[in-house]
Amino acid sequence: MTLNRRGLLASGAALGLGAASLARPALAQAAPLKIGMITTLSGAGGYIGQDIRDAFMLAMEMEGGKLGGTPIQLLVEDDGFRPGQGKQVAERFMKNERVKLLTGIIFSNILGAVVGDVLDAGGIYVSPNASPSNLAGKECHKNFWSVAWQNDSLHESAGQLANNLGQKKMFILAPNYQAGRDALTGFKRLYKGQVAGEVYTRLDQTDYAAEMAQIRAAAPDGVYQFHPGGLGISFLRQYVQAGLLSNIPMTLASPSMDATTLAAVGDAAVGINLTSQWNSDLDVPASKRFVAAFQAKYNRIPTFYAQQSFDTALAIGAALKGTGGKVDDTEAFYRAMKPANFESTRGKFAFGANNHPIQDWWAIKVENVSGKPALVSKDRVLTNHGDVYAAQCKF
Amino acid sequence: MALLLEQLLNGVQLGVTLFLLAAGLTLVFGIMGVINLAHGSLYMVGAYAAAVAASATGSAIVALLSGLAAAAGVGMVVEYVVLRRLYARDHLDQVLATFGLILFFNEGMVLLFGRQPLFVNVPEALRGTVRVLPGVDYPIYRVAIIAVGLLVALGLYLLIQRTRVGMLVRAGATHREMVRALGVDVRLLYTLVFGLGALLAGLAGVMTGPILSVQVGMGEQILILTFVVVVIGGIGSVRGALFGAVLVGLVDTVLRAYVPGLLRQVMEGSEADALGAGLASMGVYLLMALVLLVKPRGLFPAHA
Repeated sequence: MTLNRRGLLASGAALGLGAASLARPALAQAAPLKIGMITTLSGAGGYIGQDIRDAFMLAMEMEGGKLGGTPIQLLVEDDGFRPGQGKQVAERFMKNERVKLLTGIIFSNILGAVVGDVLDAGGIYVSPNASPSNLAGKECHKNFWSVAWQNDSLHESAGQLANNLGQKKMFILAPNYQAGRDALTGFKRLYKGQVAGEVYTRLDQTDYAAEMAQIRAAAPDGVYQFHPGGLGISFLRQYVQAGLLSNIPMTLASPSMDATTLAAVGDAAVGINLTSQWNSDLDVPASKRFVAAFQAKYNRIPTFYAQQSFDTALAIGAALKGTGGKVDDTEAFYRAMKPANFESTRGKFAFGANNHPIQDWWAIKVENVSGKPALVSKDRVLTNHGDVYAAQCKF
Repeated sequence: MALLLEQLLNGVQLGVTLFLLAAGLTLVFGIMGVINLAHGSLYMVGAYAAAVAASATGSAIVALLSGLAAAAGVGMVVEYVVLRRLYARDHLDQVLATFGLILFFNEGMVLLFGRQPLFVNVPEALRGTVRVLPGVDYPIYRVAIIAVGLLVALGLYLLIQRTRVGMLVRAGATHREMVRALGVDVRLLYTLVFGLGALLAGLAGVMTGPILSVQVGMGEQILILTFVVVVIGGIGSVRGALFGAVLVGLVDTVLRAYVPGLLRQVMEGSEADALGAGLASMGVYLLMALVLLVKPRGLFPAHA
């Protein structure tokens, strides 16, 4: 008992000392700006949150703990893949820590629970990933920014890629829930060929044998499927086991095939086509510096998510440079953020009327590079692509 | 025609997987009178043990044996430590205790292996497809699952109908008190039966590992269907479990494959697909309701 208490006291003292020594140099220069990062660090999506956090911290580190010349204190908390927990963390950040600028959320459903509170309280949210259609269209907001993409663009670009690959007859599949139905709608928006079959799977489904048989019978030119997380990996493995990948090529959106998923699926993924706004082999100087620094620091290849978060940090930095490190005047922040005065790792980047990206999309293919499957960039699929919801957005 | 055949094979394959789980569940319920919700956890234990052994040694045989041994071992320990205390209690206590076991096993697996799903490769010899009929290529691995499932069904039939142990099992299911009165060590018999059920659940887990991803909570996904199978087949009847499982497997697969197509004849494409997917997932439960309406004790009641 005494030992425990002594240990507790000692660690308490250490914490106090640590906080004191952290606070002192900061006080000398004026307190650093607090940015609140709510992201998913546990569960099957945990690796995504890890990349979001690590890339943001890398951007700060490359500028010596600053963004746009402003010293930053990044507060990171796990939302546990639960909307309710994300909401609680946001409240704590805003009330207790006086945070005005938030970022980090991966999943649209968690964003939905958090973003209203942040915007209503006069805060600013810069999204490194989730960007659902409502926030791009009717419910758009001057203080909501997406540095990733509007969700639909992922699937629209895949539809365009299928056109480019000459796939005239596609079989498309997604789970029967909101994001799944949105995915197929987005795909069909730009896809010009015939849809040979449209199948909604169950969100709790693990065996896709019945769907494999339907695909085989329909004999399409290609398959497009959107199955997030572990579902997608099961689907892909069964697709390979059924001997379909060698006959019917598969096209995907980037969330179904990132560097981490690729490592899990392995050689089976060779030959798959996908689209993304960025890839680790892009011939863009800023991207090369980012990939090299990320690999040197974390010893793994950055995913699309890492790149989105890195660009988010750079975009925030550009805005802070314009406002002199202030976020209280959201009108001034809006004016400084809008021109996107930063060197994006994508090469080209601009904000559209609804604060969502206008950018190029690339075709990517999984190929064997020196004996290991890797994501290899091909042609540009879409140029200066925005989203269809921007027209409905009035600030 | 080729498509229908392939879908029927898919249905049978799902059916034999369900049979392996349902056989254990129905024996345990029929003989010991215990509702074991944690049966799916044993399936998960088998799958995890095989996945870990396969990635450590690269040998499919070692993976199979480890999966079976782990599931049977864990099953017998659970019987000895937990269930033995519950035989005399009512079903509510059993449900609560075995539900607790589910939570225990799921969290235990998270602690040991994390939340990331594990992946197992199909054994080298079983890769690729085989031409079952002209124009119908089917994965060899799934054919192997069907073959193993049917062999197990035959083995169980011989074990239960033709051996002394089987005689005790049958007697235990129908005249429990009499068996005890004749001086048979019922406790040992119970542990063995439970171990056998766990072994079969583990076998199902090992075999589905290369098809699905091995992850925490995989047991609960299939457990609900397994209960449907047990109820349709008749509680306590292994023969009922076999027929019930194949029936459920076929109905589930065929509905999933054909209902959206039929609906598309009468309504707009994407609505038909969404509604069809919903109807197909209800189909199995409608089947159960129908069977219970006609035969309230299931297709092959054990205590008839």
